[in-house]
Amino acid sequence: MTQSSRASTVAMLPTTENFQSAVVSRLHDISEDWGSDIDAFKNVPWGKAMMWIFLVSDTFIFTCFLTSYMTVRISTTVPWPIPSEVFALTIAGHHIPLILIAIMTFILISSSGTMAMAVNFGYRRDRAKTAILMIITGMFGATFVGMQAFEWTKLIVEEGVRPWGNPMGAAQFGSTFFMVTGFHGLHVSIGVIYLSTVAWKVWRGHYEHTNYEIVEIAGLYWHFVDLVWVFIFAFFYLW
Amino acid sequence: MEHVEGQQHPIGLYLKVWLLLFVLSTFSYLVDYFGFHGYLRWTLIIVFMLLKAGFIVAIFMHMAWEKLALMCAILLPPLALLVLIGLMAVEGDYTYVIRALFFGAGSVPVEHL
Repeated sequence: MTQSSRASTVAMLPTTENFQSAVVSRLHDISEDWGSDIDAFKNVPWGKAMMWIFLVSDTFIFTCFLTSYMTVRISTTVPWPIPSEVFALTIAGHHIPLILIAIMTFILISSSGTMAMAVNFGYRRDRAKTAILMIITGMFGATFVGMQAFEWTKLIVEEGVRPWGNPMGAAQFGSTFFMVTGFHGLHVSIGVIYLSTVAWKVWRGHYEHTNYEIVEIAGLYWHFVDLVWVFIFAFFYLW
Repeated sequence: MEHVEGQQHPIGLYLKVWLLLFVLSTFSYLVDYFGFHGYLRWTLIIVFMLLKAGFIVAIFMHMAWEKLALMCAILLPPLALLVLIGLMAVEGDYTYVIRALFFGAGSVPVEHL
């Protein structure tokens, strides 16, 4: 829309005939003002800013889940199943509390370490090392999801935990557990696919014309998944 | 050589933080293993949790080197969630007291059967 035609549209009162064009013109004004080539975040690749904004919204979703978990756990008068016993494993005759969750935690932290190294090698334009480290990160992630599948199977088949009840205590245990860890597991699974895709493209030299900030952006997502696990570990398993 | 805008930091720093995260995770696991209870348990759990979260965000996610404009845009909005958590803690406690009054604490309320 040209400057003169917009000025005349705005000057006119929004009668029935030109109401639509007036609305379009006002909306156009907003998008022009907000998108007037002002960089709020200087020297930050736009993809990175967008990933951060996505992660903030994800923070709100996970906090809502954990808060609803906290609310039902505080408000129930039925004893809550004791996590350190529910998630205990017997390995070689030894009954070790919470051991599976501890191993899962270490696996996720290991994957964060390899991801940080991948970002570093990305900026050094070392394609082979970047891709290999990202694939290792993805394999740690896949292992994590595999162990989670094992944990879910054990709870559902052996312990009889259901979203609507369980033999160990408060009925809300199952629903909050499956919701919180399921949503986190979904994030890890999507992360594995995301990292594999980016790793393949790095290997192929798809990003040679860039500064490899794509590796850092993918890394942000992955570290966030680890970050969420830190809170789930503390509030769900250690409470 | 073109100008590199990205975040580049010595690998040694990542390795140190990585090791630190392992140690902190072990500590949080040991809190459960040794069966600490009450305020001591919660203080330890929350301190280790916040330290881990802080190191991941600051070092691995490079927040420590970002400009203040980005830091504020990312870190300030989640503070609103503290209000939600506080409100729901009070609300959950209230519900618990009402349920205990009606059903008797420790008994199994009808909706749980």
